Amino acid sequence: MRKIAIYGKGGIGKSTTTQNTVAGLAEMGRKVMVVGCDPKADSTRLLLHGLAQKTVLDTLRDEGEDIDLDDVMKPGFQNTSCVESGGPEPGVGCAGRGIITSINLLEQLGAYDEDKQLDYVFYDVLGDVVCGGFAMPIRDGKAEEVYIVCSGEMMAMYAANNICKSIAKFGKVGTVRLGGLICNSRKVDNEANMIEEFAKKLGTQMIHFVPRDNMVQHAEINRKTVIDHAPEHPQADEYRSLAKKINENKMFVIPTPLAMNELEDLLVGFGIMN
Amino acid sequence: MLLRHTTAKEIDRKALTINPAKTCQPVGAMYAALGFHGCLPHSHGSQGCCSYHRSALSRHFREPIMAGTSSFSEGSSVFGGQANLVQAIDVMFTVYNPEIIAIHTTCLSETIGDDMTAIIAKAKEDGHIPEGKNVIYCNTPSYVGTHVTGYSNMVASFVKNFATPTPKKRNVVNLVAGWMEPSDNAEIKRLASVMEARTILFPDMSGVLDAPLNGHYKMYPDGGTSLTDMKLSGDSKFTIGLGPTTTADACIKMENKCKIKFEVLDIPIGFKATDRFLMTLSRHANLPIPEKLSDERGQLIDLIADSAKYLYGKRVALWGDPDTLVPLTEFLVSMDMKPVYIVTGTQSPYFNDRMAEILKDIPEAKFMSGERADMFRMHQWIKQQGVDLLIGNTYGKYIARDEDIPFVRFGFPITDRPGHNYFAKTGYQGAANLVKQIMDAILDKIDRTCPEEKVEFQF
Repeated sequence: MRKIAIYGKGGIGKSTTTQNTVAGLAEMGRKVMVVGCDPKADSTRLLLHGLAQKTVLDTLRDEGEDIDLDDVMKPGFQNTSCVESGGPEPGVGCAGRGIITSINLLEQLGAYDEDKQLDYVFYDVLGDVVCGGFAMPIRDGKAEEVYIVCSGEMMAMYAANNICKSIAKFGKVGTVRLGGLICNSRKVDNEANMIEEFAKKLGTQMIHFVPRDNMVQHAEINRKTVIDHAPEHPQADEYRSLAKKINENKMFVIPTPLAMNELEDLLVGFGIMN
Repeated sequence: MLLRHTTAKEIDRKALTINPAKTCQPVGAMYAALGFHGCLPHSHGSQGCCSYHRSALSRHFREPIMAGTSSFSEGSSVFGGQANLVQAIDVMFTVYNPEIIAIHTTCLSETIGDDMTAIIAKAKEDGHIPEGKNVIYCNTPSYVGTHVTGYSNMVASFVKNFATPTPKKRNVVNLVAGWMEPSDNAEIKRLASVMEARTILFPDMSGVLDAPLNGHYKMYPDGGTSLTDMKLSGDSKFTIGLGPTTTADACIKMENKCKIKFEVLDIPIGFKATDRFLMTLSRHANLPIPEKLSDERGQLIDLIADSAKYLYGKRVALWGDPDTLVPLTEFLVSMDMKPVYIVTGTQSPYFNDRMAEILKDIPEAKFMSGERADMFRMHQWIKQQGVDLLIGNTYGKYIARDEDIPFVRFGFPITDRPGHNYFAKTGYQGAANLVKQIMDAILDKIDRTCPEEKVEFQF
């Protein structure tokens, strides 16, 4: 079983990319579980065709610790297993602790057990690694591969670099490795070249360049992944291709994060800052 | 040798505290809240916090300590403690009917950022706080400050929530009690009443944590500063704080809110600090110091004079809290003793500055405040050059035993000897108590260890 965490700046398209990629893997016949680690609980919406999920933490709150796995795990597109951690309402409590609680609980409930015959677990994690809780998916041998979704925008790269810092930290003592950057295009000038160069400096690869296409939005409005909504569309093939690359990926590294000035130089070099 | 691993050689430590001379914030907040009549302290956090704080106080006072807890679970730490606290408030008013619930926070609730103002407002809005009842709070994250900070925060919160200025000023002096025993609260009230000064003392643990055993249990003992007095304190003409680290904040809050001028003094331990207290009270109450108190002072001086031969030059090591250590050290110096080692786990500029001044003629004296000023360090100093007497809380008993040093228990906590809450250490009579304890300890050792031909019938 490969355990994969998807990180990236807020709003970059982590959940969309994750679900579309998972759809691609599922189509290939892989058995996948998606664990949404975002208090907003919208990481499985496209696979489940709506926010149909009761979150792990809501269930914990309402029903106590005596939870049945079926209460929180719902089958989605192509028999993917979908789980949402959930979390507190905005501005209250501790979302970081929520992720820790939720992942521990899933382990206790046997969500990862052999009999589930999972090929993949995907953790879709909120935004940046702001505190220990959000690092939970990459600690203690939970997720062993990380893909960072980014674009050629400064702040997205800055966030990706920060995430690499935490992977480098946990990678030293644990098994977590960076599998690559997924460039979710924002149509920035020279974007693919710049992200390839950025990836090289981090010691990793740009595993795929996902072009921007309105079909993604169309599919989202229909609460579906592109593969589900428009299987013949070229954008669906982009996600199939990303799924295939991840499936075949052999490049796993402890990244070497850049200093702030190196990052700025990179942007200047590729003509963004003019 | 219980502490056989302690070495004389000090190693520079940056991150390690060994046997700290402090405990955590909520212990102080809980203690302060018990000094108000009809008040039920409430710990907003996990059950273990509350149990520890209650037992820390129970072990010291040998009295039941009642307090509520929000009983945080895994879920509360994720979703916040509002639901638990709102329910706790409801249960406490329904079952235990306190006048005031005084909430203090804990590390956990502080870290997840529970907004106490909003939660209490919610409890009020939902009708869980009956008319005329009160819920107040203070923030006591234990990774900041010490029990002393927690005490100070809770006392300040009482001022903030209750002291109310009206146009009608009263000829009353507020006395804000620093961390001391119920017996000391009683002694300070006695001194004021002998002077016939009208005062409001808060918090006041007398009648609460020294309540009589008479077969009738009272959830809320008769003592403690009343809510009425606490409200009226906003109309007093002056405030005297006793103990800067525990009362200065309350005094400042009182001035800001009620425009009452204040002076913060040392806790009146020893004759000099008691002199200053009585003179300040006399000035602001506009009353002379009565002869009775002068006589008590004379008796104390007599006792010291009789004991001088044994006190002179004796090297003393002390530990505890800044507010008590400063006047205590001053008192020892004024009796020609030599307080040479003094540590407190509470970081305190007041302690550092005053000790430098008090000990300026004792060049060998070492003192330190803050988290690395711990019992281990003091023991190391003692190993380097011994002392004749130890004064401090129960945590010193291992050193006393290993090094065979006479030991006078003083401060918080004292868990292995009874009665400290009945016998004051403040005022002239309290100082006399202290001299007697010191003399008993010193003479007991002489009698026990001197050669047979040196055993004296009189001292």
